[in-house]
Amino acid sequence: MTLPFDPVAAVLGIPLVSALLLAAVSNYRMAARINAVASLLNVIAAISLFALDQSAGRLLLVDELNIVFILLNNFIGFTTSMFSASYIAHEVETGRLTPRTLRFYHAMFQALLFTMNLALLANNIGLLWVAVELATLTTIMLVGLYGTEQALEAAWKYFILGSVGIALALFGTILVYVAAEPVIGEGLDAMAWSALVGKAAGFDPTLLNLAFVFLLLGYGTKAGLIPVHAWLPDAHAEGPTPISAVLSGLLLNVALYAILRFKLLMAANPNALAPGPLMISMGLGSLVFAALMLYRRRDIKRLFAYSSIEHMGIATFAFGLGGPLANFGGLLHMTMHSLTKSAIFFAVGHVAQAKGTQRIAEIRGLTATHPLLGWGLLLGVVAIAGMPPLGIFMSEFLVVSSTFARQPLLAIPLVAGLLIAFGALFLRLNEFSFGDANAANTSAASEPPRSSFLPLFGHLVLVVTAGIYLPGPIVAWFQHVAGLLG
Amino acid sequence: MTALDLDIAHLLAGGLVLVSLLLLYQTRMSALLRVFALHALVLATAVAWQANIQHAPHLYVTAALAVVLKVAIIPAALFHIVRRLGIHREVETVGGFGPTMLAGMALVALSIALMLRVTAHADHLAREDLAFALAVILLGLLMMVTRRNAISQVIGFMSIENGLILAAAGARGMPLVVEISIAFSVLVAMIVIGVFLFRIRERFDTVDVHALDRFSGERM
Repeated sequence: MTLPFDPVAAVLGIPLVSALLLAAVSNYRMAARINAVASLLNVIAAISLFALDQSAGRLLLVDELNIVFILLNNFIGFTTSMFSASYIAHEVETGRLTPRTLRFYHAMFQALLFTMNLALLANNIGLLWVAVELATLTTIMLVGLYGTEQALEAAWKYFILGSVGIALALFGTILVYVAAEPVIGEGLDAMAWSALVGKAAGFDPTLLNLAFVFLLLGYGTKAGLIPVHAWLPDAHAEGPTPISAVLSGLLLNVALYAILRFKLLMAANPNALAPGPLMISMGLGSLVFAALMLYRRRDIKRLFAYSSIEHMGIATFAFGLGGPLANFGGLLHMTMHSLTKSAIFFAVGHVAQAKGTQRIAEIRGLTATHPLLGWGLLLGVVAIAGMPPLGIFMSEFLVVSSTFARQPLLAIPLVAGLLIAFGALFLRLNEFSFGDANAANTSAASEPPRSSFLPLFGHLVLVVTAGIYLPGPIVAWFQHVAGLLG
Repeated sequence: MTALDLDIAHLLAGGLVLVSLLLLYQTRMSALLRVFALHALVLATAVAWQANIQHAPHLYVTAALAVVLKVAIIPAALFHIVRRLGIHREVETVGGFGPTMLAGMALVALSIALMLRVTAHADHLAREDLAFALAVILLGLLMMVTRRNAISQVIGFMSIENGLILAAAGARGMPLVVEISIAFSVLVAMIVIGVFLFRIRERFDTVDVHALDRFSGERM
């Protein structure tokens, strides 16, 4: 099939051009609209990638693995841009953001989508690194957008940890090149995924092992894995809520995608260290630690930030375990978590605006004061906690059952972590959904306009549907990719 | 590549480790900035020398970038900030200089022992560069951990970056080195500009790592 345009160029070009355009638009309402339209075009471009022959260029690559992530990336980018339009209108009214900062915000939003698409499309480990580095830079600036002391603090912490993380990842990247260079020869080929995986069997295994440790720690920082997760809760809590949704839903996935690619490289070399145990221990550690941390959260965005660490832990664990079933579970989990968590942040953004606070203690009785919002958030939390029959239940079930089949001992901490997190979420859910509404901020209660619920309920419908029925072609696609991951 | 060429490359890369150790015990802000400029200068010389012996002209660009940005512009900008905020006072460190220096020496020994073993089959120049680069990176991390002041942390990060550029320059024929060094410079430049734009001055002036301690819990 021939297309009238080059989808790869479109996926990269649209956000880049829109970022430049948005930097010049001073009317924030107009900018929000352009932002949404550009994001919709991104989704169309991402869908058209499916019509393209799978190809590996010199610098860019489209294959079965990354195309799923690119579609997810642009879809959530689009829904978030819709949510963002109603969110920022309220922020301008309350004076927390000025039209001038919003110009910066919109340009950075598209720039972030561009860098994430670039990271996913890169066929070159150096280009991947540059893209992740730029994504870090844009998110640091977005996290600090409010300019309050806490926001700057969070941005600073994110800068320090994030840059140390990407520095370690670069060292790992250089080591991979040094390992590949004697086999493949100098030049771009020795950094290209398409060339590396095929010839990885000939690489020096000790060099590759060391490289993987650096890469896992480096990109693991960006994925929010224990013990390098400390930036994540602050960045989620203090940045604008649309950015929390993008951070949790997309950026963490991009980092995990990078780790997956390098895992493939390790698996292709028979003498190298098995990457599984390292990923399993980091994954389990993140799951159990974050589950315990969920109990004492008092800030609602921070609560869900820890929940993101927990879910990235589950996905990392699943990929570490390996095998078609666990990989399938891991991929499904990443997709479902992205959809659910961004939906939750959409709801939380409106809740925090309606109640004027992020403190859970002051957000009570949501289902009574804001029925639509309250029940939307309730459904999202029920989904993220892993209740059947929703999407996350299904992926967690797959991961748990394949753990029981392959490593029954590991299933004990896994299930314990899941149950601890489940308990914590329901404890909090009960408070903010059904507690006695706080009189102080009920009077000011006004539900956001109906139209702004579209992204929230759109995601929830997808998550519910996926839990009950996954269409055959999607299952076949995921199975195929899971097979590739080994 | 003659033996002398390699020796000079070795000397320059080793010099970078030495300057990294110097950075660890600078107590005054201005001295710290000057030593950092020296660090970047040694890096630029090392990279330029490798461009010469590897016949890799693109590395000259990396070296030139290092000179312009990290020897001149960034230290000058940081000097300006330091002067405007009046933080000439001594920089506090965690744990004192003796233990820090001992830890630094241990890290250098560790990275050289580790990298020389791991890279047994790699190219001679790459081996040495990677060993020294890991030492510089670990010393930079140590500096970021032991310093309480934000500007010292930025300097620690930039010294890590210098170590990485040394490693990338040593990897024979590695593409994208220039792009990577530009991406890094943009990051650092943005942070330094951010210091001006977002007025993090309060943070630089009064708040050190204690602020992070206060903030590690919940926002009340």
